[in-house]
Amino acid sequence: MSEKDPRKHEADLHPDKPRGATPAAEETAAVVALDTAGGAMEPSAVPATAQSGKLPGGPDTLVRKIFTGNGMVSILAVFLALIIGGLLIASTDEQVGRTSAYLFARPADFLTAVWNAATGSYIALFQGSIFNPRGSSVGVQFAPFMETLTIATPLITAGLGVALAFRAGLFNIGAQGQIIMAGILAAWVGFALDLPLGLHLLLVLVAGIVGGALWGGLVGLLKARTGAHEVILTIMFNYIALYFLRYLLNTPAFQRPGDSNPISPILDPNAVYPQILGTQYRLHLGFVLAIAATVLVWWLLSRSTVGFEFRAVGANPKAAQTAGINVSRSTILVMAIAGALAGMSGVAQVAGTEKVLTDGVAATYGFDAITVALLGRSTPWGTFAAGLLFGAFRAGAVQMQIQTGTPIDIVLVVQSLIVLFIAAPPLVRAVFGLNPRRRKPAAAGTSQKAAATGGAA
Amino acid sequence: MSTTATSPLPGNKGPGSPRPDTGSGVAKSAKPVTWKTPVLLALLGVVAFVFFGLMGPNQTAEFGISTDSDFFQLPAVEVPAFLGGIVLSVILLGLAAYAVFLKTKDQAAPAWLPITFTVLFVAAFLIWVVGGARTPSISLAGLIAGSVTLAVPLVFGSLSGVLCERVGVVNIAIEGQLLGGAFTAAMVATMTRSPLLGLLAAAVAGAVVSMVLAVFSIKYLVNQIIVGVVLNVLVSGLTGFLFSTVMQANKAQFNSPPGLDNIEIPVLSGIPIIGPILFKQTLVGYLMYVAVIVVWLGLFKTKWGLRVRAVGEHPQAADTMGIKVNATRFWNVTLGGAIAGIGGSFFTLVAIDSFTKEISGGRGFIALAALIFGRWSPIGAFFAALLFGFADNLQSIVTIIGTPVPSQFMAMLPYLVTVFAVAGLVGRSRPPAASGIPYVKG
Repeated sequence: MSEKDPRKHEADLHPDKPRGATPAAEETAAVVALDTAGGAMEPSAVPATAQSGKLPGGPDTLVRKIFTGNGMVSILAVFLALIIGGLLIASTDEQVGRTSAYLFARPADFLTAVWNAATGSYIALFQGSIFNPRGSSVGVQFAPFMETLTIATPLITAGLGVALAFRAGLFNIGAQGQIIMAGILAAWVGFALDLPLGLHLLLVLVAGIVGGALWGGLVGLLKARTGAHEVILTIMFNYIALYFLRYLLNTPAFQRPGDSNPISPILDPNAVYPQILGTQYRLHLGFVLAIAATVLVWWLLSRSTVGFEFRAVGANPKAAQTAGINVSRSTILVMAIAGALAGMSGVAQVAGTEKVLTDGVAATYGFDAITVALLGRSTPWGTFAAGLLFGAFRAGAVQMQIQTGTPIDIVLVVQSLIVLFIAAPPLVRAVFGLNPRRRKPAAAGTSQKAAATGGAA
Repeated sequence: MSTTATSPLPGNKGPGSPRPDTGSGVAKSAKPVTWKTPVLLALLGVVAFVFFGLMGPNQTAEFGISTDSDFFQLPAVEVPAFLGGIVLSVILLGLAAYAVFLKTKDQAAPAWLPITFTVLFVAAFLIWVVGGARTPSISLAGLIAGSVTLAVPLVFGSLSGVLCERVGVVNIAIEGQLLGGAFTAAMVATMTRSPLLGLLAAAVAGAVVSMVLAVFSIKYLVNQIIVGVVLNVLVSGLTGFLFSTVMQANKAQFNSPPGLDNIEIPVLSGIPIIGPILFKQTLVGYLMYVAVIVVWLGLFKTKWGLRVRAVGEHPQAADTMGIKVNATRFWNVTLGGAIAGIGGSFFTLVAIDSFTKEISGGRGFIALAALIFGRWSPIGAFFAALLFGFADNLQSIVTIIGTPVPSQFMAMLPYLVTVFAVAGLVGRSRPPAASGIPYVKG
């Protein structure tokens, strides 16, 4: 990651990278995680753009910035993914199939059918996630939006956990397991104890956060002590947590009295998040806490010493070590905080949305959190916005399936395409013909200097 | 050992090495012998002694060896569970003590020690589990044959991982390749009524998934782990979407593939235990053995393999020698995907006779674990995959015979073993040096 602009302090953490690389190299360099510090540390798992959240590329004209900057690429990536998703929907649509039989006789019919199939699904998606014009009152019309916020809550906090770990150069795939462990502890405190209002909820929250932090911190500890790769560890920890949860749900302590179904008792009314906008919406206090968590992570990353150390370790662990930063401690701490944030998602699930513990407590929030963090480019507010977008997708997909019969899975396709495209800006620019002058579409492959340090360091 | 060369300890017994220094001895001497292995072995030995020995069940565990179709019958082995547990765990403790003894003399435990330890530990565990069951009798032949069957997709998946990582590309997308292969095999086999074409299509599908991984990670230099994770989601979404829209609407036309039959080799398939696993397999099963051997030979005995490993270890040096680094990477990753795709076809052409959503059920990640557990070697990955298949199969068997161990903990076992493995129990596993690092010619 050789930044041309020395103002960016990340550049200072790369003493071993060539300075003043050619502009062509910059972009490539910025998307590559070159930060490997000899054999001592694992190579950073995340591209520099994901870590820094900064624009790849030096100072340039305003117009170029707008059209080729990250913001534009993100929007175009979403657009492109939606187009491909729409084509996929259309390709399996019955009407499209019928009209394709006489495509050459009346092509307009075919195109209309394609358009209707795709837009019909997306309109249903919109109505299910933002605004439903058929509602009887304003409250009902905006009910879908409240549902979006509810679903976005665990996505945002878990996404923040993943994003924070990214910034420290760690690939935290373990949000799923961290949510589960937090859910177990929070739910147990919620239904097994009997405490006064306020205190009970606080304890539930603390239990969840501690559960997630321990599960995440354990990964950090193992990585710091033994050098085991966190990707493998977190994947394994996800499964261990899931089977542990399934075991617990088969023990009487976690089942309803006289019932052997794998479902916990309902949490004590004192232990659940209050519904903040009235009882007609599921939206709960967890959303406010998610906003607070976003602010906290922003402060942590951009204003605190600890956060600076995290970013330093993420940018170049060897340089960070040389500068006197305790890399092991940072690794453990960042994984613990990431786990704590994912733990908030677990609490939001058991104390907010579900109010019981089942083996689907984490749904796929932990995995979606990875895409949320990637889409948000690992910045706190970017993750927040991405969480809202994916929350809208999930909320709307249910309505879309009911109205148009389009399976929910299309959302997975669109989500993953968005992340793929955002991760490869040159591809998106090539598709829309936005690649800057004198660069061919294959911009990334042509740069020369970027990998001067990129091989086997 | 020759740690004297690097770290002269005060209490060391002179410069002379007690054992003749072989090549591997020199390589090992780079790292000082740690307490990790002896301590872990001792801990596991104590666990075995307390649980499998002292608290062992007071029944006789029976292990059936022959099946009715064998051409000669062997009697079932009967082991008194309590005594067997005591004896085995004492041997385990002895092995651990030997490892500690070696450590005090600053010697690393020889390679056979952890392997023997693992085998005996598994045996003691098996006796304990079966001995404590309601019906303390299982068919060893069935257990092993089932393990091999369950391991088939894992072996293919981990071979794909070996090929990719050896050339310097991390392949987290094994799960997606398996799933893509399973889906395509079901669809094409149903439409053409030919399981062979289904198998071929599965390989193509796996290769296509891999090509996306290759293009994004090699050409666009996107982080390989990100691409892998996202590809898994993408394939899961695509197959789920097409399953819901196309396959479910017309099951007979798109989702009732003809299965691959067992091909029985006469006489040989009647040998107890090894007969069924080696000579009574489907085409995919035989292909598995072929693939393991071919990949191993290819990687370690051919010029091609040397180049591949050079690219994975030190791409700059390989480039200097005139090897096309990125082209080598691209085609290896593609080949790996094709192999994983064949593994995916196992789900729909052998195990189950139709495709369902998420049919691969996370086995791609277990394959990844097997690859690491097997230390990036095709043979090692094969045996690691067998071990995981064994744990998987044991889990379903012990649930049937009714043991005190909750089945969830049995299901957890492969993952726990992997955590121990990557955390350094079985020696330090080291990935190819350039794995995960994109190469841009400089």
